[in-house]
Amino acid sequence: MRLDLRNNKDLLAGLLLLVIGGVAVVVAREYPFGSAMRMGPGYFPTVLGGLLCLFGAYLSVRGIRAAPKIAIDWNVRPVALLAAAIVVFGVVMSRLGLVPALVAMIFVAALAGREFRVKEVALLAVALSAFAIVIFVYVLKLPYPLIAGLLWMR
Amino acid sequence: MDALSNLGLGFAVAFSLQNLAYCFVGVLLGTLIGVLPGIGPLVAIGMLFPLTFTLPAVPALIMLAGIYYGAQYGGSTTSILVNLPGETASAVTCLDGYQMARHGRAGPALAIAAIGSLVAGCVGTLLIALAGPPLGEWALRFGPAEYFSLMLMGLVAAGVLTQGDTVKGLAMVALGLLLGLVGTDVNSGMARYSFGVLELTDGIGFTVIAVGLFAVSEIAANLERNEPHEVFTRKITDLMPTRRDLRDSSWPMLRGTAVGAFFGLLPGTGPALSSFASYILEKKLARDPSRFGKGAIEGVAAPEAANNAAAQTSFIPTLTLGIPGTATMALLTGAMIMQGITPGPQVMTANPELFWGLIASMWIGNLLLVVLNLPLVGIWVRLLRVPYRWLFPAILMFCCVGNYSVNNNPVDVYLLALVGVLGYVLVKLDCEPAPLLLGYVLGPLMEEYLRRAMLLSRGDATVFFTRPISLAFMIATALVLAAVIAPAWRKRGSS
Repeated sequence: MRLDLRNNKDLLAGLLLLVIGGVAVVVAREYPFGSAMRMGPGYFPTVLGGLLCLFGAYLSVRGIRAAPKIAIDWNVRPVALLAAAIVVFGVVMSRLGLVPALVAMIFVAALAGREFRVKEVALLAVALSAFAIVIFVYVLKLPYPLIAGLLWMR
Repeated sequence: MDALSNLGLGFAVAFSLQNLAYCFVGVLLGTLIGVLPGIGPLVAIGMLFPLTFTLPAVPALIMLAGIYYGAQYGGSTTSILVNLPGETASAVTCLDGYQMARHGRAGPALAIAAIGSLVAGCVGTLLIALAGPPLGEWALRFGPAEYFSLMLMGLVAAGVLTQGDTVKGLAMVALGLLLGLVGTDVNSGMARYSFGVLELTDGIGFTVIAVGLFAVSEIAANLERNEPHEVFTRKITDLMPTRRDLRDSSWPMLRGTAVGAFFGLLPGTGPALSSFASYILEKKLARDPSRFGKGAIEGVAAPEAANNAAAQTSFIPTLTLGIPGTATMALLTGAMIMQGITPGPQVMTANPELFWGLIASMWIGNLLLVVLNLPLVGIWVRLLRVPYRWLFPAILMFCCVGNYSVNNNPVDVYLLALVGVLGYVLVKLDCEPAPLLLGYVLGPLMEEYLRRAMLLSRGDATVFFTRPISLAFMIATALVLAAVIAPAWRKRGSS
């Protein structure tokens, strides 16, 4: 029986939990553990990390034993592009201001969709930027430059 | 009559022009967003709640509660018209509601859903007003040991009762607790898990977790699904149900309300389970069960009443004990904490205008739903035609700007992307993110109570079992665990 790592939900979840729990425990070793009576900042995190490792180990073993044949429909493209769009927003926002950030974000995000029509996305970017200026800058008075160094809303 | 004078105070607060306006805006926005296919109350609250930060506590919470009801009701509208539930609670409504719509009875189905919600909302509000004060008074006697045990019970129940795998549910709770600990430890001043990132010493923002886990990963999941559904965009005539419809659905509504009110009180269950339970109950009681699934009006009335009643009563543990039972309630608890209010029994005495004002505005919100939604149904129907490829960039815009605005810092936005990816992976691995959010909200509090309890008992862990109330919570926790583990063991033994 060959182990299908890509499509074994239990094993993958187990390994993920093992890694997170392991890191949590290792990092928490730098924090004073304390005693049960006077718990240091390392006490609770160590317990939780250990717990995560236990759950992770159980799920891994269960995954290896049962070896379920349910395919996971990994679809990396949409989620990766969405994450990229968010990061792009953060980068552009802090340097160039709200409008460039929104336009860049919307174009990257739209790539995640099923269809990408340049004209439609451009129109969407204009409409949403206008909407954002009204809601966030005008109504909610968030202190953001529309375009950094050039355009402020008073 | 204490309850009456308290409610009087509440209505006085809620009927102020400002609060009424926020309640209205909340309900309207909630419905608007909840109607959009594939967006449930969680996403709606998550994406809109940075908008409420600039408000004072009372209107902010009133608006959030309004968004919650609105989104829930909006979800039912989508279920009935498109057969595409925004969240599990309205999945049941699809069964008969969509069939009614296909038989040209979309109007009555929508009307009955609204009326059922209103009936349940009235009863639920009354229940909170009656049960809140005694429960809160009882909870004032809790020490740290009781609180720790209570939180443990709530979290274990939430992990176990979630859809899907028990072990994964519990693991998500633990992961949430751990994420909640990121940041500066209040006792020692030590920055934990900050990995040298300055912004992480303040902890991972609540909005980052909520929006990332629910909104961002939800968009990713939606983009993978096949889109076009049959939408009933025909003009909806005859909105009003016939007299027979009302007669057929009055008892189911009341039964649904009772079922929902009960499930709403339990931690971890909430609206989803209650609407399933009430649907099954109606099917059992019906003279002709075969009508269900083919457009039986009882199949719309009962679950809609149940999920609204549960939505109401789930406020009881949240407001009186400070222990949210569902992910949505965890969001509201997080909003309270961000407003500088520590949820718990002292809220009722320290901020009576907040507590009672919120309750009164819940009732007003329910009324607004009916008044607002029946005439506006035409607009909601038109909204359903908006293609998702226009919608999701707009949702993402709210997520980005909202998170950026919390600290005016791009690091929150980068973390949002990270948490979004994590949420997506977890969903793919059948790990429900809802228990994670509960754990995240309760993490720091739970550690604090554990520390205090152990300090008071001089390091003796039996304190959790010798104090009667704490013992009761511990026994309940053990029972919940046993109820899930026992059948699994038996199955293994027999096979």
